[in-house]
Amino acid sequence: MGEILVVVEHRQGEVRDITFEMLFKAGELCKEFSHTLTAVVLGGKEEQFIDEVAKRSDNVIYYEDDRLKNFSADLYKEVLNGLIEETRPFITLIGHSSWGMDLAPSLSIKTGYPLATDCVDILIEDGHPKVIRQIYSGKVFSKMSFKESDGYIVTVRPGSFQPPETIEEKNGGVIKKDLPGDLPEMRKKFIEFIDSGAGDVDITQADLLVSVGRGIGEAENVQAMKELAERMGGVLACSRPVVDKNWLPKYYQVGTSGKSVKPKVYLAFGISGAFQHLAGITGAGTVIAINKDKKAPIFRVADYGVVDDLFKVADALKEQLKEG
Amino acid sequence: MDIIICVKRIPMTQEVDLEIDDSGKDIKKDALAYVVNDWDNYAIEESVILKEKLGGTVTVITVGDEDDEDVLRRALAMGADKAIRIEPGELELDGFLISNILAQVIKGLEYDLVLTGVQADDDNFGMVGIMLAEKLGLAHSAVVTGFEAEGSEATINVELEGGLDEVSKIKLPALLSIQTGINEPRYVSIMGIRKAGKKELNVVKVEDIGLSDEELVRQTIIEEYFLPPETEGAEMIEGDPSNVAEAILRILKEKGVSV
Ligand SMILES: Cc1cc2nc3c(=O)[nH]c(=O)nc-3n(C[C@H](O)[C@H](O)[C@H](O)COP(=O)(O)OP(=O)(O)OC[C@H]3O[C@@H](n4cnc5c(N)ncnc54)[C@H](O)[C@@H]3O)c2cc1C
Ligand SMILES: Cc1cc2nc3c(=O)[nH]c(=O)nc-3n(C[C@H](O)[C@H](O)[C@H](O)COP(=O)(O)OP(=O)(O)OC[C@H]3O[C@@H](n4cnc5c(N)ncnc54)[C@H](O)[C@@H]3O)c2cc1C
Repeated sequence: MGEILVVVEHRQGEVRDITFEMLFKAGELCKEFSHTLTAVVLGGKEEQFIDEVAKRSDNVIYYEDDRLKNFSADLYKEVLNGLIEETRPFITLIGHSSWGMDLAPSLSIKTGYPLATDCVDILIEDGHPKVIRQIYSGKVFSKMSFKESDGYIVTVRPGSFQPPETIEEKNGGVIKKDLPGDLPEMRKKFIEFIDSGAGDVDITQADLLVSVGRGIGEAENVQAMKELAERMGGVLACSRPVVDKNWLPKYYQVGTSGKSVKPKVYLAFGISGAFQHLAGITGAGTVIAINKDKKAPIFRVADYGVVDDLFKVADALKEQLKEG
Repeated sequence: MDIIICVKRIPMTQEVDLEIDDSGKDIKKDALAYVVNDWDNYAIEESVILKEKLGGTVTVITVGDEDDEDVLRRALAMGADKAIRIEPGELELDGFLISNILAQVIKGLEYDLVLTGVQADDDNFGMVGIMLAEKLGLAHSAVVTGFEAEGSEATINVELEGGLDEVSKIKLPALLSIQTGINEPRYVSIMGIRKAGKKELNVVKVEDIGLSDEELVRQTIIEEYFLPPETEGAEMIEGDPSNVAEAILRILKEKGVSV
């Protein structure tokens, strides 16, 4: 039958979680529909993680070249296009990450394979792939199919599939390949990684986080919430828009591009629950969400929910603490 | 530096009970208010900052209907020089098709840089920009949080996951998808928008840009829209704010947080 190709995402010598999530889902689909699971690694010399990938795949294709140590959309696109032309995989899976967002759309144009991005589920119905997506910040789901083609590209939202702790090992064979000789000039050059995250508050160590989102409305209100957090013996944190507006420094931000936190309790005030935010609180013990909108997606993942104005609840908490 | 920027007008859906329409493939939109996509607002600001620093022109483009001209006028008020609206008529659009249409129009323009948002906040595909780059044969980068031009190159910051950034050099002309937070978008007054009414706003019809019928076929098909199942989710705490506060403090104690 056909092949499902998983593009392995790795950084600084480590495989990213999204890769294991894609390999897990691809494995399930392959089992059900008798497809073959091929993982493709574009990496530097002697990457240490190849075994981890091989355990979860029928085959591993490893382009081994130090020019591939760091991600480059230009290089990945050329190499993968060559591979896809040769093997015509039925479905190619790429992570919906920063790098995946740079790679998948250009690869889709180059190969002519239709693309669906940011998918939370993949189905195969009557031999055709279909995907489930979340739109309008998660308030609506959509089911989508493709124009007929011999192959399709799907990018997968991080956190959509949860691989089990123990896996059935596959032990796929590793086929090493060299970079094609006739590569075009690369127009983007990697220089360095920099850490934008450090600061004088460490939200990853707190037992209680009082986290504020765009619902906080104005810069002035942030200070009041900080006082509440301190009064409760907790630490202030926030969603991305609060940092974008410069109301708080980046090291307060929770989410994919911020910090992953693991407090005993996470109080979310005026946060809608975008996946990029939720990805940062999967380690939280208990999540309590306060939001005016009873349909806010955060209520689907929170343990407790309050539909009310966040300022009323914050004031009431202050009152109670005064009395207590 | 001549810059082209692609923008989309999107409905505001926070604090609204969305409903699926009769087709089952869209939401009811008539009662919704519209705004410029947040990511595009940052991209517009970035283009205007660059123009102010380096000279050149900023052209703002949208594929959309007459109402979508709102976001073009807003961009003109922020400092863009001209605007183009491409009228799709009855054409059924998807991200692939939008990038086809944009590429066909942008091909005929002069530019050093094309900017888009990382994603549109309604459908959040995050694909139009980089598809467009590939069609135009441009160097590209997604999720850009910093840009510094140096002659025929630029140094850019790309935001990765977990607080990590990647610094790269990229050849111009290039297409960048702009991430929120890269700058502080300026305030736009009603007066400013009115004044910008004098600036050039051209409308072209999609049938007049020279794409064949074959190039106007979408690659993805919406089968259905549906609302998330209501059963799962949080245990709701009811009552007035003081009851709620009491309940929250009780939960904290239960979970071992000392207040
Ligand atoms: C590549 C990429 C990376 C990203 N990384 C992150 C990340 O690390 N962290 C992150 O948070 N986001 C991240 N985002 C952004 C993310 O997609 C969302 O845009 C963001 O999380 C929304 O933040 P929010 O919930 O605070 O704002 P909104 O979505 O605007 O929600 C505000 C909420 O407040 C509620 N509200 C308003 N007023 C009140 C009131 N008075 N009382 C109670 N409730 C009220 C509203 O009902 C609404 O639900 C990223 C996006 C991209 C594309
Ligand atoms: C008027 C109109 C009607 C539509 N009708 C339908 C329909 O009936 N059924 C359906 O399935 N889909 C329809 N679509 C398409 C759908 O809404 C999405 O626009 C499309 O799938 C692209 O995804 P996205 O908006 O998430 O773009 P993304 O790829 O997330 O957008 C990234 C960036 O690309 C640029 N961009 C995106 N869209 C435009 C645009 N229109 N003009 C200029 N720049 C843009 C912006 O810079 C944006 O920040 C319609 C779109 C429009 C504009």
